Amino acid sequence: MDLLYQIFVDPFVQMGTAPDLLVQTLWEGLVSGVLYALIALGFVLIFKASGVFNFAQGIMVVFAALTLVGLYEKGVPAFLALALTIVVMLGLAVLVERLMLRPLVNQPDIVLFMATFGLTYVLIGLGEIIFGGDPKVMIADQLYLPRGAIDVNMLGGFVSLQKIDIAAAIIASLMVAGLAVVFQKTRIGRALRAVADSHKAALSVGISLEQIWVVVWFAAGIVALATGIMWGARSNVSFALEIVSLKALPVLILGGLTSIPGAIVGGIIIGVGEKLGEFYWGPLLGSGIESWLAYVIALIFLLFRPQGLFGERIIERI
Amino acid sequence: MFYREAGQYKTSYAADQAIFPVLQDRLGLIAILIVAFVVIPLTGNEFLLQAVMIPFLVFTLATIGLNLLTGYTGLLSLGTGAFMGVGAYACYKLATIFPQVNLLVWVVASGFFAAGVGVLFGLPSLRIKGFYLAVATLAAQFFLSWCFIRIPWLYNYNISASIEVPTRTLFGIPVTGPTAAPVTRYLVVLSIVVVMTWLASNLVHGRIGRMWMAVRDMDIAAELIGIKLYRTKLLAFAVSSFYCGVAGAMLAFLWLGAAESESFNINQSFLVLFMVIIGGLGSLTGSFFGALFIWGLPIVLRNAPGAFGLSITAATVEHITFMVVGALIVFFLIVEPNGLARLWQIGKQKLRVWPFPY
Repeated sequence: MDLLYQIFVDPFVQMGTAPDLLVQTLWEGLVSGVLYALIALGFVLIFKASGVFNFAQGIMVVFAALTLVGLYEKGVPAFLALALTIVVMLGLAVLVERLMLRPLVNQPDIVLFMATFGLTYVLIGLGEIIFGGDPKVMIADQLYLPRGAIDVNMLGGFVSLQKIDIAAAIIASLMVAGLAVVFQKTRIGRALRAVADSHKAALSVGISLEQIWVVVWFAAGIVALATGIMWGARSNVSFALEIVSLKALPVLILGGLTSIPGAIVGGIIIGVGEKLGEFYWGPLLGSGIESWLAYVIALIFLLFRPQGLFGERIIERI
Repeated sequence: MFYREAGQYKTSYAADQAIFPVLQDRLGLIAILIVAFVVIPLTGNEFLLQAVMIPFLVFTLATIGLNLLTGYTGLLSLGTGAFMGVGAYACYKLATIFPQVNLLVWVVASGFFAAGVGVLFGLPSLRIKGFYLAVATLAAQFFLSWCFIRIPWLYNYNISASIEVPTRTLFGIPVTGPTAAPVTRYLVVLSIVVVMTWLASNLVHGRIGRMWMAVRDMDIAAELIGIKLYRTKLLAFAVSSFYCGVAGAMLAFLWLGAAESESFNINQSFLVLFMVIIGGLGSLTGSFFGALFIWGLPIVLRNAPGAFGLSITAATVEHITFMVVGALIVFFLIVEPNGLARLWQIGKQKLRVWPFPY
């Protein structure tokens, strides 16, 4: 009985008695959810356009952030460094397309998945050799990212909102909106959707697969850079960030592998669920349940909707 | 030249259905077994046994386990490391609770615990498949890793939060613990791997293996011809986890002599998945090749600069190793997406028809 009370009643009583803490937890969940969603967005972009489950997205985040900081440390002005990093990500996209995707065209999904593992290893090695393994400080101030916190008085207490988190949320929303417009309205967006539907059909109407892949990997690189800046500004830029990208996987399948809004909604559900679980139910089980709660939440959702919340319905034929 | 099957007539159905129908293959297998059981223990030094052969065999067994699931049944799993951990912790608990029982019994019995856990986490496979399932198995990976840290009972409340393997003897010779000689441990590992490979080979060539492959090729069609999906898939999870569990128990008891939660983390799962895919999905021979390649390559790379008289710091070597391994993975996938096992087959075919191209 006592256990049942602790599981089903006590957390809600706590939520009721200290609403400001609840709001604070919700906010933190929301913010980490947005950041997970940003990583998931990179995955979705590539999956939609090439059917590749790009495991390297996590390391691309680290690589982009390290390039930015590394260039700045070499004495390049902040915004020039930003532009140069974008060029580097473009170069990476071209190289990946040339050396990896083109020879592997028409291979089974698992082979392409595996190839992105290879890419992950190459990028880890390369990053460590060029930039070293030490954590670096993100150049948040030089990029005019706000810092500090806003304290809002509400519900008989106060909630502290980090300015950087608000900025992250705004940038994430802008990016999603931008991507949605590109996907729906522009010529290249229509080509992307055509490639996602069928490689062969897209080729037969004269869409260049090679070009589309470069565009998509470049877009994923830009998303990675934005993610890297935001994550880096909150903690440090180091290879530990790569682990965070594993957290994007449950977000991804929860939202559906092919849906951009799904990535955002999934991210928020996972982020909020994780923080609430850790804060209210965590002490019951011993701390650290954050490490697996996201996956279990995703698993429960999947049992009811195997294609994720917003994924395309999986239709199978003999 | 020497690899010709001309003149070898098959006079019975059994001969026709043999796994190694060509005489040279059988001789080659015997030669490999002789080298593994006699030559290596007699001539190998501690480095070869402890750092190369034992881990290679342990990982081979785990690779076979994952191959049964991913290669034969088509269910992608990223929880291999955790299932290995279940085997290791189960073996540790059993061996410390019942110290008088022969350790080998517990190494095998721990496989059954892993199988049980595997079935439990295999349940979602009835609903979801592909990458969705892969992420679902990540739930197993992270949940079990968390259990290995947070449930002190599992490691007998050790302060170091790790399992330290007690000394156990077999016929009066210590096989585990700090006093066991590498040769003894190597022979035990080798025997287990050989027997379990033989069992797996029988399994995949029989009715069960065909059911698995039918499910892999198209599960709806398999269901239509009367294969019960839930039984087949869960059986695949059970057998696969059994193999991984035994491999995990061997990793802790016969290779490292100690293990902690970190020994069974997500990287271990990825490592075994590399071995499966590089070796060749759906091939037992490939499992050996994959394990040898992925385990052996970094060792070779690490020692290569020294051999050429170059002086590079250890950290740089480590990073270059990472890059080269990654590049080679991509390279091999481009050259032969079906893995080293297919290359091996192609090579044999070329030898058969030599000097003609086909």
